[in-house]
Order: sequence, then structure tokens, then C-alpha cells
Amino acid sequence: MRYLPKSPADRAQMLREIGCKSIDDLFAPIPAEYRLNRDLKVPRQMAESEIIDYFHECANKNAADYALFLGAGAYHHYRPVVIDAMVSRGEFLTSYTPYQAEIAQGTLQAIFEFQTMVCELTGMEVANASMYDGSTGAAEAMLMAVRITGRTAAVVARSVHPEYREVMHTYTQHQGLPIAECGYLENGRVDMADLEKKITADTACVLIQSPNFFGTIEDVAAVADLVHKKGALLIVSIAEALSLGIVKPPVEADIVSMEAQSFGVPLGYGGPYAGVMATKEKFVRQIPGRLVGETKDKDGKRGFVLTLSTREQHIRREKATSNICTNQALIATMATIYLTIYGREGLKELAAQNLAKAAYAASAFAKAGKVLFAGAPRFNEFVVQTKDDPHTINKRLLEKKMIGGFPLGWHYPELGNAQLWCCTELNSKEQIDAAVQAVGQ
Amino acid sequence: MSNKDIKKATQHVNQNEGLIFERSSPGKKGYRLAPLDVPEVDYKKALGAAARPDLGNMPEVSEMEIIRHFTRLSTWNYAIDLGMYPLGSCTMKYNARVNEVVARFPGLANAHPYQPAEVSQGAMRVMKTLSECLLDITGMDAITLQPAAGAHGEMTGILLIHACLKSRGNPRKKILIPDSAHGTNPATAAICGYAVENLKSNSRGMVDVSALAAQMNEDVAGLMLTNPNTLGIFEQEIDKIAAILHEKGGLLYMDGANMNALVGKTRPGDFGVDVMHLNLHKTFSTPHGGGGPGSGPVACKKMLEPFLPKPVIVERADGTLAFDYDRPQSVGRVRMFYGNYGMHVRALAYTLANGPDGLRQTTEDAVLNANYIRKKLEGDYHLPYQSPSMHEVVFSDSIQEQKGVKTGDIAKRLIDYGFHPYTVSFPLVVHGAIMIEPTESESLEELDLLVDAMKAIAREAEEDPEFVKNAPHNTRVKRLDETAAARKPVLRWKPAAAKSAGE
Repeated sequence: MRYLPKSPADRAQMLREIGCKSIDDLFAPIPAEYRLNRDLKVPRQMAESEIIDYFHECANKNAADYALFLGAGAYHHYRPVVIDAMVSRGEFLTSYTPYQAEIAQGTLQAIFEFQTMVCELTGMEVANASMYDGSTGAAEAMLMAVRITGRTAAVVARSVHPEYREVMHTYTQHQGLPIAECGYLENGRVDMADLEKKITADTACVLIQSPNFFGTIEDVAAVADLVHKKGALLIVSIAEALSLGIVKPPVEADIVSMEAQSFGVPLGYGGPYAGVMATKEKFVRQIPGRLVGETKDKDGKRGFVLTLSTREQHIRREKATSNICTNQALIATMATIYLTIYGREGLKELAAQNLAKAAYAASAFAKAGKVLFAGAPRFNEFVVQTKDDPHTINKRLLEKKMIGGFPLGWHYPELGNAQLWCCTELNSKEQIDAAVQAVGQ
Repeated sequence: MSNKDIKKATQHVNQNEGLIFERSSPGKKGYRLAPLDVPEVDYKKALGAAARPDLGNMPEVSEMEIIRHFTRLSTWNYAIDLGMYPLGSCTMKYNARVNEVVARFPGLANAHPYQPAEVSQGAMRVMKTLSECLLDITGMDAITLQPAAGAHGEMTGILLIHACLKSRGNPRKKILIPDSAHGTNPATAAICGYAVENLKSNSRGMVDVSALAAQMNEDVAGLMLTNPNTLGIFEQEIDKIAAILHEKGGLLYMDGANMNALVGKTRPGDFGVDVMHLNLHKTFSTPHGGGGPGSGPVACKKMLEPFLPKPVIVERADGTLAFDYDRPQSVGRVRMFYGNYGMHVRALAYTLANGPDGLRQTTEDAVLNANYIRKKLEGDYHLPYQSPSMHEVVFSDSIQEQKGVKTGDIAKRLIDYGFHPYTVSFPLVVHGAIMIEPTESESLEELDLLVDAMKAIAREAEEDPEFVKNAPHNTRVKRLDETAAARKPVLRWKPAAAKSAGE
């Protein structure tokens, strides 16, 4: 086996030195009746060239060069080549969690830069080193709000990503944490009157998404006012992080939970992505996950370490803030590199391009259907209601090598024949025009 | 004391580099956008009050500086690609480059999770094939690839147990966890609403079966067992352990963190485990990337299958694959979409590169390496448990501690010798634990270098303990002040003006 750096003679010598007759001696602790005396039923050992061929065949069965109009929590943006050039370096790729700070300063400094950028982007004061993704991060943010407030209920907007809501339900089902749902208005925003009714004296937090699942940007300040008046915390979840290039950050929130996939992370059929959690400084001891802090070595030189680990599972065990251990460090590094490449001006320009593409597309789609939620600003997604069933429309598009918008009927039957469309900098005018034509057929 | 015994590493010049924010100045650019082909929109007008005034302190740097910045940072890291990384329980094995190449094929890397099934068959086939491989490797009946990491898999597994017992009438109240377990186990049980009850190990470093029998009752939902356990010892009475649980209606969960000791040699499904997770980033070689991403598939017996997270992948009569969302008994989703798919691709590439013979040889070499280190260091370091070691060996610092040198000091000195340290102070059942897991990826030469280094440090601890206690001596930063970092946390960079204003 080509990964194993030992000759038969090496193995024989080592067994001799250990004092074993055969390798089987070392497996003697496994009771004989449980030893596997056959080959595993996995494909036979392959050459590298065969592995390449195998995955080429798999990859070629998927849509590769199709025009893509899907967003809904996973966004296609251009990935500068510098990202993979850097994260493919073995020192980033093949290192572990930076427990030994003296030989992990590269990872630690990169994460410190990531935490700083997340704070700048979200308007929060502290950010952690990453969560698994936006959905689990949102669930962990709710549990964090429960710890902070000591209250035991939550309100989640119906306009939050349906799969995020499912994950929140899974995480909280045994925590005695009932989740109430708050509706949305004609303009796509949170129904404030409904929200006011749903918040009780037990409500620990209200969780909204902005831009929400329909692409609508919420009035975060107004929601925050109401939530804070009732003594609850506001959690703002962000699925399309690029929006922060031009959309005002949710500074009024208490916790921001964000999916960083838009920042240079491949769509990759849904993962790996990276969740981000940011909050106010006063809540830092309740935040889950790893934190990197600045310190000095004994010669006074600046360095970085994992810190405040007394919150974590390896110290606190069942009383920890979370059970999270492995996070998404390499993906956070991808995001850091992406954010460095585009930076202060590029993120704004890129986000503005996204808004322009979606604005053009929405006006074009108005000829083929009814664009919903027109009364509030949106970023790069919008909802179109059509005469035809969205699945029929998507079949039509697929024949023309286009992947249409996300059908909403299953999660939002009240919207009828509606689809969520997404346009980014990668959707050309020609693609958009062709899609509109196919929808209107 | 000097560095004369250090064979593996030599100090060399490496570059200094500040924070990226300190390189930034207005007008520098690392990007250029393609021209916009639709009418421009004044976003400030479009967004109104929701428009962002500016992007604060986000950096402005050129592409050249970005390459230098991250390349320089990378050179400050130790990594598997540089040498042995014997971090016990973490299975730092070789991460094959072909895995990285295939995961970046456009048909896989650019696949949107919601694209229609008819243009996702290749992506789904990877998941299906990996699932079939993992099922035979574990001896289980059903599997989900959705959990994003080991601890996430634990949560999924315990939720399955909860749902299964609830369907039988009573989810029960407690989970038993051995004192040698990973911290994630008790934290997981707590998230799933269970109280944690500690289970003591016996003098051989294994579960005390009579204690288990005494603690087991109708309040106990299950036992979370790591096997081999964190002492690297196979639980030889595993059949009795399973029988005690099953007799009283409890279920056996196995933390698969140490599966690298078992693949191709024995199967948890055969020795009584009901549900377990695998760490693809350990046993199946997907890269750790400085702390993640991981992937923690959960495999289980037939009776737990109805409760698996949705969706599950199913094969239709015509041979096409689809996601089945119609799972009324499911515990729900544990993550959006289908998990860390990119890791599924890499783990399958690893499995194909090995085949059945390679997987077996891998396990044998991993166990051989650990036992070689044990044999060579026994005597220089105290071995608290005499039971046979599987893929890792746990010593203690009790000999060196007599001179005031602790496991953490030995670890720091090992850095000077060109190694990443072993796992320090874990498992908790061993005072001053030195937990070494070499994995199969080390040659005899590299193992001998580690043995020599550990022996040299043992001598240094005897002759000049202060020198060891002040290690590392050869790194770009010396021991860092962790107490100061925690007392007044500085978790982000701020511009000089803001810093002085805040102080």
C-alpha cells in the first residue's frame, strides 16, 4: 500500500524487538469470536489514475456548466485562485487544532484575523473561530441566549431558512425550549404585530434572518427595539454573508450567527461550510467554540493562543457551553483569504454588482410572473409567483442547461406556485434573459 | 544543556509578518471585477436606511502581499507533511493529495445542494458508495453522513437512542460514561437532555464490569464507550458490557474516535455496539486543516434506522438515487443539506486507494507502531497500565515529576526536537498523561527519532530540569502567557487610535 512507509523487513524487525511472533499477537486482546477473518467488502485497491477516473465519472454525471439560479442558503460566487493555492499548503491543510501555540502561530494568527474581520463585518465586538455551519450556529446561538437570560422559550421568524429551523428544532427538542413561529408581511418582512404577540415573559430570544429566506432585508433596528423592550435577546442569522458588503450590519443584535460560505467556499454539494458566531463582549463567556486571543511570550513578543477554554467540553464536560470540538478552521481560513482579496472596497463593489444583477433579473421576471415582496429592499434573491408549477418550469430550464430557482411550495404552501431565484456576479445578462424567456413560455 | 542531541530539526531563518490589517493602505487592491453587463443600480438608493456607510477596517492589500502574508503564516505551523504528529486520540495520518484533487473536480465542487436529482447522480453515488463501505467496515445496518464532526455524530447517535427508547415507551434519564472518556461525551449527553453518570475503570484500565452491572438499571438509556478506550486498551469484556446493557433495555453507543485500531480486524456491529460515529478526519484521512472541517457519520443497527436524520439516500428500482424526506420517526435534521460532502469525497478516495488489503495493513501498522514506541520507552517513562496497547500508548510523567518536570514541559521540549507533541494531560484517569498515537504513517526511522528524542528529554529532566521547564527554546515565539490572554481577552485587532482611546 503506497501510503505506508514500511518494508516487510522493517515490520519483521519491529515485531522482533517488541517480542511478538506475528502481527496477530498484537490483536490478541480482541476476543477471537469477534475477529474478522475475511476481506472487507470494499472495492479493491486502486491506482491513483483509477481513482481519478472513478471520480471523473461521478463528476461528469452532475451538472457542471449549467447556468445556476439557486441560492437558498448556498451561493455561487467567483473563487479567486489564490484561496486554493494558500489552503493547499500542507502547513495549513495538515495541521491540527492549535493546542501547541508555539508551532501553530500561522493558524492562530489567521484565525485572529478571521475573528477581527467578522467583527468588522457584523458590527459585533467578539467572534469565535467558527461553528460547523450557519444552521448549527443558529441553534447554538439560541442555546447561548437561554444561558444568558435564564429564560426558556424562543421565537423564530417563519422567513428563516426552513432547514435552519429544522436544525434548531433538533437541537432544542430535549432542552425544554418551545419555539414559537412568527409570520411575515406582504413586503416579506417580519410581522411586528405577530412578533409582539408571540414574545412572552419566558422568551429568551427572537431569531430572524436578514436578508431573510425570501431575500428581503429586515428592519433589524425596529425588531431589536421590540425584542429588547420585552427583555429578550435578538439573534440575527445571515445566510448570504456577501450582503454585508453593502447592507448595514445588524449592530442592534445581541448575537449574530452567520454562514461564511459566500466568502470563497465552494458550493460542494452542501459542505463543508463555516458558521460564524459573533456577539457583544459582555457575553463572551457564554459563546461556544474556540476563541483565539492575543498575548505575549516571555520575551515580550506578540503571539496568539486558544483562550477562555474553561467554557469548553474538554474542561467543563457536561457543563460546557457546547459539545463542539472540531470546527471548520480551514474553511474559516478560506474566508479570511477571500475577505483579504476583496477587502474594504472590493466587497462593496462585488455586493453592489450582486444587487444590480438581481434588480435587473427581478424586473425582467416581472414580465413572466409576479415578483412578490416588492415593498422592502432585497439583496440578490427574490421570489416569483407563476402560473405554471415551479417543477414544470425547472424541467423546462434543465433542458436548456439552466437550473431554475428553488421551489417554495413545499415549505411555504401559502405562496402557491412560487420560486426563490438568486442572481450573483456569475449570472450573465444572457443567462437571465434566457431564463425569463423559458419561464414565460 | 544544549541542542546537541537534536537530530530531526535545525533552526533556520523564517520571515516575520504582522497582521494583515497592519499592511493595509487605502487604494491597494487584490481584485478586479468583470464589467457589469446589466444597468448599474445606486445601492444606497435601493437599500435606503439599510445601506452600509463603509466597511470599517477591512484590509486593502495587493495580491502579491496576500500570497506572502499567508505563505509566511503557513511556515510557522507544524504539520503532518513536515513530520510525525503523535497527538493521541487525534489520528494525525497522511492526507493523500489525490483526495484534494478529486474533491475539486468541478462537477463535485460546484454542485449546488438543491440542484435537481437528475443532474446530481454522480454526487449522490459517492455518498452511497461511501455509505456501503462504512457499513461493512463497522458491521452496521444503516448510516447517515449528515453530522459535521465527531461530537456532532455523538449528538446524533444519542438522539437516535432517545428516539428509539421513547418509541418503546420511556426515553430514560441517564447516560453512563467511563471516566476515561473524551469531554465531548458528557457534553453531548447533556445537550440531548440526559444526566451523566460516571463509570469507574478498573486497575487494568478497562470498564469495571461489576460496577457497570451495579449501576445499570431501567433509568439508564445507554453507555457511551470508546473502544479501544482512550488508554489505547481494547475493552476485552465488550460482550459482557453489551449484554449487561441490553438485558436492562439500554443501548451501547461507541465513540469511533479510535477506529484506526480496528478497521479490517474487527467490527463494532459484531461485538454488540448498537450505534456509533466515525471520524472521517481521523480514520479516513480527511485533512484536519488546523481544527476542521471534520465529518462524523453515524452508523447503527436496523432498529435505529427509522430515527436517522432526514433526508436519507435511497436507491430506486431503476437504479437512480434520491433523497427520502418522508421519515416520520426521524430525529430531524442535525445540519442543513447533507453534511460535509467534500469530506465524503475524500474519505471514499482514501478507501479506494487502500482496498480491503490496504485497510487491514494500515490498522496493523498503526498498532505495530504504537507497540514499538511502548516497548522502546518503557522504563524511561512510567507506564500506568500494563494491559496491551492497540493504536496508542499512554505513559505518565511520574518519573520526571520527581524533578518537577511535567508532561506539559516534556511536550514543549519535544517541539525543540522537531516533533509535534503528544496529547498532554489526557485521559484524566492518568495523572500527568503522555498519550502517544503514531498512526501507520510513520517509518521506522521517524519512530526511532521520536524514541531518541523522548529518551534525551528524560535525561535532560534528570540532569537539568529547569532547562526542560523553560522549553521550547528554538521556536519563533517562546512559551506564551495563557493566563494573561484569559484574564484580559484581546480577541480582535483594533487600529492604534482605537486601542489607545479604549485603554
